[in-house]
Amino acid sequence: MKALRIAAQLALYAPLMAILAYFSTEPRFSAVAPDEALVRVSFIHATQRKEACRERSAEELAKLAPNMRAALDCPRERSPLLVEVELDGKLVLRREVQPSGLRRDGNAVVYERMALPAGRHRIVARLRDGPEGEFNYVKDETVELAGGRVLIIDFNAARGGFAFLI
Amino acid sequence: MRHLGAIGFLLFWMLAASGIYLYLRFDTSATGAYTSIGELEWWFGGVLRSLHRYAADAFVVVTIAHLIRELWLGRFRGWRAFTWISGVPLVWLLYASGLIGYWLVWDTRSQFSFLATLEWTGLAAGAGEAPDRLFSLFVFLHIGLPLALLAGMWVHVQRLGRPKTAAPQALVYGFAAMMLALAALRPAASDPRWDPARAPQDVAVDWFYQFIHPLMYATSPAFLWVLVSGISVLLLLLPYFSRPERIIAARVDPANCNGCGRCVADCPYNAIQLGEKAKVLPERCAACGICAGACPSSTPFRSIRDLVSGIELPDLTIHDLREKLRTSLAAKPQEIVFCCEKAPTPGAISLRCLAMLPPAFVEYALRNSAARVRAVGCEGECAYRLGMELSEERFAGRREPHLRATVRAQRKNNEYSFVLR
Repeated sequence: MKALRIAAQLALYAPLMAILAYFSTEPRFSAVAPDEALVRVSFIHATQRKEACRERSAEELAKLAPNMRAALDCPRERSPLLVEVELDGKLVLRREVQPSGLRRDGNAVVYERMALPAGRHRIVARLRDGPEGEFNYVKDETVELAGGRVLIIDFNAARGGFAFLI
Repeated sequence: MRHLGAIGFLLFWMLAASGIYLYLRFDTSATGAYTSIGELEWWFGGVLRSLHRYAADAFVVVTIAHLIRELWLGRFRGWRAFTWISGVPLVWLLYASGLIGYWLVWDTRSQFSFLATLEWTGLAAGAGEAPDRLFSLFVFLHIGLPLALLAGMWVHVQRLGRPKTAAPQALVYGFAAMMLALAALRPAASDPRWDPARAPQDVAVDWFYQFIHPLMYATSPAFLWVLVSGISVLLLLLPYFSRPERIIAARVDPANCNGCGRCVADCPYNAIQLGEKAKVLPERCAACGICAGACPSSTPFRSIRDLVSGIELPDLTIHDLREKLRTSLAAKPQEIVFCCEKAPTPGAISLRCLAMLPPAFVEYALRNSAARVRAVGCEGECAYRLGMELSEERFAGRREPHLRATVRAQRKNNEYSFVLR
């Protein structure tokens, strides 16, 4: 009986070993086809305030506690962020992103991924971070993307706006 | 198959031991991690790395098999609900620990899994920022989450008396040898170094942990959330959906309980607490009667007319058992048979579990005309976990209440036979 148990154990180990060995790496997976490249639009940005700061009058300041007498009254809420991406003249992304936080005073977070055929592409990225008006950041560039490569569309206002990272 | 839980513990300790060595050799920075793993000597560090990976994969297989088996056997309701519910978060912790462990390698597979997880959780933006700080977080989580898993495993077995957290020696050696053989025959290897400009193509996915990523790309992050949350909630609520078995819990008779604590020590579900006297927690009681078998007052030799034990089942008392035995003995049979009700035997006196039989009943039968006594327990795994084990210890004289030396016991599989010496 004991010998039978040991034999049964050994008989179980072999298929378990095979399952562990195979499924720990196989079958392989591709999220993007071999002749495609990937564009990732990925950034975080704190947009402009929805309403401009206002200077408090002398009467208003007098009504406040001495330690609260800030000269400017700045509403916390930030504007929604509007982002567009155009690929070879075709609009592929247009999103209005609300700032995070209960009072909408945090960062706006943008993430999108899109696959496109490998080759030469004209990419235009536009962003508006104010309450209204035209896009205040635009980048227009033609890039060469090989199959299996990633283009990251990053945004950093302090560094001048959009950056296309290949 | 009944040792799946214990094998889970074994794999955890294998992972902890191999992980400690790997951590000693590991460069905990985004720039140095990949190289430090590549520099492990193949004959020791490499084998331990492979062992770490395959033990983690085997942990998933064993955990899921354990879950399915307990589900199949209906062991999730009533007195088992706590153990079942406390097991569900462990699956989450196991997956979180394993997925983050893969990110530490900092190869393209890590990249694929990390970005896919961020896409799933909606935290993808800014992923490329501050990689060293991010890497420190990975390391912290890969230590913290397994520790939380261990704490959860401890909680998971709290409602079990004598929990089986150590597998039998033969199984330990066999499993360890299998894992080492696998590690030596098919060493784990890294994919190319993490490269933000490389798209997720031809990724060597570990399907035990990372199957959620291809599933998300085939469906959507929202679908994956619904699926994972739905399965988790369903598993958590399962004990409340199904109709519980009708249980009449064991009852303590304070006049006959001397507070010896034997029932507390033998209860397979920790359903008895000991103050001055024993106290049964009805919601944890399985009504297996093992406590009655352990009680020193459960002896048929007592001369009182209405035999009451210190602890017993109200619907199958020790007095009932003695009356059944006396009725059987009145016919002067050659043999008296006791059996567990899960192993019905014709003509036998049926018990809730074999360990409900106080050894004094065997001697009583032999001293009152029976030439032989047989006791039949569950075939294979005991329905109440410890029945066969406790009976064996009591009949072999290693546990109180023990069978007196005047009786010779012989075991064959799930059956004992007794004669007077």
